[in-house]
Amino acid sequence: MPNHPQQMDYVENRKRVILKKPELLAPAGNLEKLKIAILYGADAVYLGGQEYGLRSNADNFSLEEMREGVQFAKKHGAKIYVTTNIYAHNENIPGLEEYLKGIEDAGVTGIIVADPLIIETCKRVAPSLEIHLSTQQSLSNWKAVQFWKEEGLDRVVLAREMSAKEIREIKEKVDIEIETFIHGAMCIAYSGRCVLSNHMTARDSNRGGCSQSCRWDYFLYRSENGRDLPLFVEQDAPFSMSPKDLNLVRSIPKMIDLGIDSLKIEGRMKSIHYIATVVSVYRKVIDAYCADPDHFKIQPEWIYELSKCANRDTAPAFFEGVPGYKEQMFGTHSHKPSHEFAGMVLDYDEERGIVTLQQRNYFRPGDKVEFFGPDIEQFSMEIGKIWDEEGNEIDAARHPLQIVQFKTKIPVKRFNLMRKEI
Amino acid sequence: MKKPELLVTPSSVEEIPWLIDAGADAFVVGEMEYGLRLAGEFTRDQVKESVRLAHDSGKKIYVAMNGIFHNEKVDNLLDYMQFLNEVNVDAALFGDPAVLITAREVAPNMKLHWNPETTATNWYTCNYWGRKGAKRAVLARELSMDEVIEIKEHAEVEIEVQIHGMTCMFQSKRRLIGNYFEFLGRKMEVREKQEGGSLYLFDPERNNRYPIFEDQNGTHIMSPKDICIIDELGDLIDAGIDSFKIDGIFKSVEYNVTVTELYRKAIDMYVNDPEQYEQNKEALLKEIENIQPKDRPLDTGFFFKETVY
Ligand code: SF4
Repeated sequence: MPNHPQQMDYVENRKRVILKKPELLAPAGNLEKLKIAILYGADAVYLGGQEYGLRSNADNFSLEEMREGVQFAKKHGAKIYVTTNIYAHNENIPGLEEYLKGIEDAGVTGIIVADPLIIETCKRVAPSLEIHLSTQQSLSNWKAVQFWKEEGLDRVVLAREMSAKEIREIKEKVDIEIETFIHGAMCIAYSGRCVLSNHMTARDSNRGGCSQSCRWDYFLYRSENGRDLPLFVEQDAPFSMSPKDLNLVRSIPKMIDLGIDSLKIEGRMKSIHYIATVVSVYRKVIDAYCADPDHFKIQPEWIYELSKCANRDTAPAFFEGVPGYKEQMFGTHSHKPSHEFAGMVLDYDEERGIVTLQQRNYFRPGDKVEFFGPDIEQFSMEIGKIWDEEGNEIDAARHPLQIVQFKTKIPVKRFNLMRKEI
Repeated sequence: MKKPELLVTPSSVEEIPWLIDAGADAFVVGEMEYGLRLAGEFTRDQVKESVRLAHDSGKKIYVAMNGIFHNEKVDNLLDYMQFLNEVNVDAALFGDPAVLITAREVAPNMKLHWNPETTATNWYTCNYWGRKGAKRAVLARELSMDEVIEIKEHAEVEIEVQIHGMTCMFQSKRRLIGNYFEFLGRKMEVREKQEGGSLYLFDPERNNRYPIFEDQNGTHIMSPKDICIIDELGDLIDAGIDSFKIDGIFKSVEYNVTVTELYRKAIDMYVNDPEQYEQNKEALLKEIENIQPKDRPLDTGFFFKETVY
């Protein structure tokens, strides 16, 4: 066991230099999101296959799509991890070996696992895969981390209930890759320890069936000698357990200093607009801090940028301390994001200054829009005339996935995204 | 036919002799510093006394160390494990692998029961923890009868199943009751928060009441109904399940003693004469229904319920 924390930085020419840049890990709900996440700056993405993952409703990857994803990722120097983090029942055992072999064969880097059944089976039948312990294990102390290290795991994802201080202690005591969440929706329970949905909707939360029952409204009573006394009055918001979404953008420097190896964004069900926005902001934050830690300052536009795709309030729980009532939501739980995804650039005609764009949400001439992407300076403009594919002028881009053209004031590139204020 | 152990949860040392008389074979005790959702708090002296009482009658004491531990408690685990070893408890319950490592370090002969509650869901993983040192797996309550029996068929460790009482549905590290009151701008007295069993969440859509309480381990929400399968024990006994647990949290001593007596009767009856059990099981169930608190309907948990995902 190392007694000295690993060194995270050194000083050269009186300037602090960061030794280890963490991996930025993003969700990939489907092949398109995978590509966007990587193009917008993710070092690695995680995705779910057809089975054994916790998002049984998402449009999960077939082995074929996984293979395609791997090829794309390789080309861009990125890695792919597959979530296989259910707590299996007996009936899930048959088929597991074949499934893991398929994943290994598809060329992914590793799997994210909670159940020792899957860990052991993977070691046996797909030994070239890295094994990362899922947050579903609610791993919250250094000795348990030590246990999983001795079991041969390559990386552990810590419980979301860990503070910065606790993570530091773990880093000091155990030499293993650490991954933590930085952004997105969270369970309010210890992960793996909630079966509300099993009871309320007969859906197994530990196999992907969670109905988010924690976010429903309840009414708090006290029973006293057989009488039920409400602990709220008429106007009070009902009792609920809806956490604000996690947002650790301001804590990134601290996380890098701690030597956390991988910073993970939640949201395999989120839109490509969300993925692109969140990934590009965190990319900028990480790069800026690592380039010059001494003069780093959080830019207000990064914070603003994140708010454009957020549909819930956010908070820095638990990294910055045990969350209280301000990190929860009562009454209304979500709001409309301030911007919506309007289209994706397919092509750009340099000579005529005309973009070919795939529509993702209604827009029309006169709308204020914003273009952003990994390879352009973000800019806003007003939409002028719009033409359809045949060159006919149209009064609005109404149809999902419709191909349209219009002028932009600045050149754009394929895979740039256009969002609209709402 | 093998008789399963009848395991109960006393809320104090005083109850132990009564429960022994009622027919209990083993007891789970402990303190919330290390154990989750216990029926009572047992100081070290009381654990010692419990062991004496139980061992005098040939019964067993298991101590709960099944918390989700953060770094601050890890060092204390050593001392507590050492203490349990010294006073000769019969087993320690764990969910967190930190406890397993602790036992290897200071009490390699301590018998360990793997009890992570919700995540003990398949036979392979039960055996995995067996290879790591556990002698017993305590199964998740969210399993069907068929799944439980299949696990037992493949198990290389003892299998414990809860057959009666309340179960936990949710544990958060956050102080959810306190947070709610703070949000409302009202200070709630600590007494209320800790008065286990008296606070509940009402769910109008399902007409359910979920007991909720806070302690140093966070916020816990419990099932709206009590499992009761006193009339369905045959298949589990035939399968050779090693231990039947009655969880008595938030119930009166009288209730727990009576329920223990009734299950004792049911188990003995089935083992001696399954025919007689068949004829009497309805009556046994009726007796429990008669003493069941109004706000705690009985059901059969997940034993016969289909869950999808
Ligand atoms: S109900 Fe809430 S706390 Fe429970 S698993 Fe689902 S999201 Fe998590």
